[in-house]
Amino acid sequence: MVLNQALYFRRRLANSLFIALSLGAAIFGLLWLSLILYALLKNGVSALSVSLFTEITPPPGAKGGLLNAIFGSVVMSLGAVLIGTPVGLFAGTYLAEYARHGRLALVVRFVNDILLSGPSIVTGLFIYELVVRPMHGFSAIAGTLSLAVIVIPVVVRTTENMLLLVPNSLREAASALGAPQSFVIRAVTWKAARAGIITGVLLAIARISGETAPLLFTALGNNSMSTDMTKPMAALPLVINQFAASAFEDWHTLAWGGALLITATVLGLSIVARLLENTQRT
Amino acid sequence: MAAPNPSRNHTISIAYANFPAVSQKLCKTVMFVAWTGCELRPLHAFTISPGPSLTDISLQETQPSQSALADLSARIATARKASAGDARFRLTSQAAALLVLAIFAGVIGSLIIGAMPSIKAFGFNFIIDEAWRPTREHFGALAPIYGTLVTSALAMLIALPVGIGVAIFLTELCPRPLRRPIGIAIELLAGVPSIIYGIWGLFVFAPWFQVHVQEPIVESIGDVPVLGTLFGGTAFGIGTFTAGLILSIMILPFISAVTRDVLETVPSVLKEASYGLGSTSWEVMWKVCLPFCSTGVVGGAMLALGRALGETMAVTFVIGNAHRINPSLFAPGTSISATIANEFAEATSELYTASLIELGLILFVITFIVLTCAQLMLRRLERAKGK
Repeated sequence: MVLNQALYFRRRLANSLFIALSLGAAIFGLLWLSLILYALLKNGVSALSVSLFTEITPPPGAKGGLLNAIFGSVVMSLGAVLIGTPVGLFAGTYLAEYARHGRLALVVRFVNDILLSGPSIVTGLFIYELVVRPMHGFSAIAGTLSLAVIVIPVVVRTTENMLLLVPNSLREAASALGAPQSFVIRAVTWKAARAGIITGVLLAIARISGETAPLLFTALGNNSMSTDMTKPMAALPLVINQFAASAFEDWHTLAWGGALLITATVLGLSIVARLLENTQRT
Repeated sequence: MAAPNPSRNHTISIAYANFPAVSQKLCKTVMFVAWTGCELRPLHAFTISPGPSLTDISLQETQPSQSALADLSARIATARKASAGDARFRLTSQAAALLVLAIFAGVIGSLIIGAMPSIKAFGFNFIIDEAWRPTREHFGALAPIYGTLVTSALAMLIALPVGIGVAIFLTELCPRPLRRPIGIAIELLAGVPSIIYGIWGLFVFAPWFQVHVQEPIVESIGDVPVLGTLFGGTAFGIGTFTAGLILSIMILPFISAVTRDVLETVPSVLKEASYGLGSTSWEVMWKVCLPFCSTGVVGGAMLALGRALGETMAVTFVIGNAHRINPSLFAPGTSISATIANEFAEATSELYTASLIELGLILFVITFIVLTCAQLMLRRLERAKGK
């Protein structure tokens, strides 16, 4: 066999070029992402202080903290999870246990995936029409509900996926012992998929803790401490949005501090969720 | 139930004929009992003894004892309660599933209702009108639509090749010990909220980009005919191009993660066979792996496009919010989501609000179409994997 030297050379050249390009892409991509994390750490850490957690958002030009925003974020996220988790859990259970191949399940699954990756600002508009307009005012309830609308699809998806991982023999064994289906689901399937379901809830919390768009015209934001659910309430992403767009140096610092808090929360939750998911899959 | 006469022997066929349709099940139980010679519990208030042949049974009515009757009714109550609970549970979960549908319908419905005043006032012109003059109650959506499409296109143009490159690097070229950490890092970054990308873009990237990239470009090619139009004007730092760049950085981890997952579904036999024939890495990737999972890659890219189209905060900070279609990519523009985010809380008049909601409706329709395509492609991939 005669080796075609020219062809061989061309192929090797193309190969080296390809390796260089994808290496370049990887470096390029990771470079940007690490630049963002670096800027976040640099500006965020210098903004961290005790007053960040003990004082409320200041007027322009004064010092202050993010207490009301942290409080608002926690309250609204908690509310959203409390509303969204049961709905998502049951809907996911329906998809995985009752109607796995049914037509309704097919439609629900499709719609759920659209809601999952659809634009979150539209959720805000929806809740505005549904809650804010009839109530004649922005409120923390509206903010909570719009976050709940984001929680539901996340929980539905992970619940369904995790329930599908539970081996059928478990369900059959329980049914053969005479357990009604609901009992099988509650005592066997849910229990077997517990870690996975909790993963879904954690991911949902991670998702909503940084959501800004759906809160803009539901919770609106509030620069004083408010615990009234029927009044506008502050939230970390809203404060970042407001303060970053301003012209005051102090506000910028607070925005960076808030950004670091959010990112730390999201990354922390994702890591815990990932660890839990690994225990589920093995 | 017409009870058979206990004093006579019944053949099975007679038993069938005498039992009304509702108790066919009981009849079958009787047959089974007769066949196996088991003792039937006194619940049915019959004693049964097998006849001389297998098809002959005799049924003899017995007086059920009081305790047996109590036991029976207790059991029936328990079973009723369990089955009612079972039905309730099923209904609850079905209701939750229907609620997901209701939310979706509610989103579309509320957007259409909310947008009605604007739809009535402007009709189809809304989509092709560039003017946006809140003070004169005149609204047109062309500039935001243009901004959304251009920034998303720019983002895909940059993020798709880079993202696929990263994925290829992770599956084929990366040294093994680094693979998992880098992969996990990329997946985690896909979850970082968009507002973080937004403030980074505003405070760090835009000023740097303005001085080190935009100004040299504007100075050097500002007068060249075509390029000058695309990359001319004043270097503001923020603008359509910057928004596209930030968007691309934001969807990059997403595309990489999806593509890597898809590439990992390629059976190693295929790759090994190809390497065995003497292919280079490039040829294995380009001619075997990517064609094998092209549906998945395109589906993942569509998902990312859906995200880019609807992305709000990362864009709002850096796009400049100018309701103008400027041929220069460096000029400030606006996008649908940025317009809604910036102006909604301040929209005073009915028509203003309605126009913004109609913008939301348009955005929802666009992303719906894109996401549907993505779904269909990924479904097809899943089915193929299932086989």
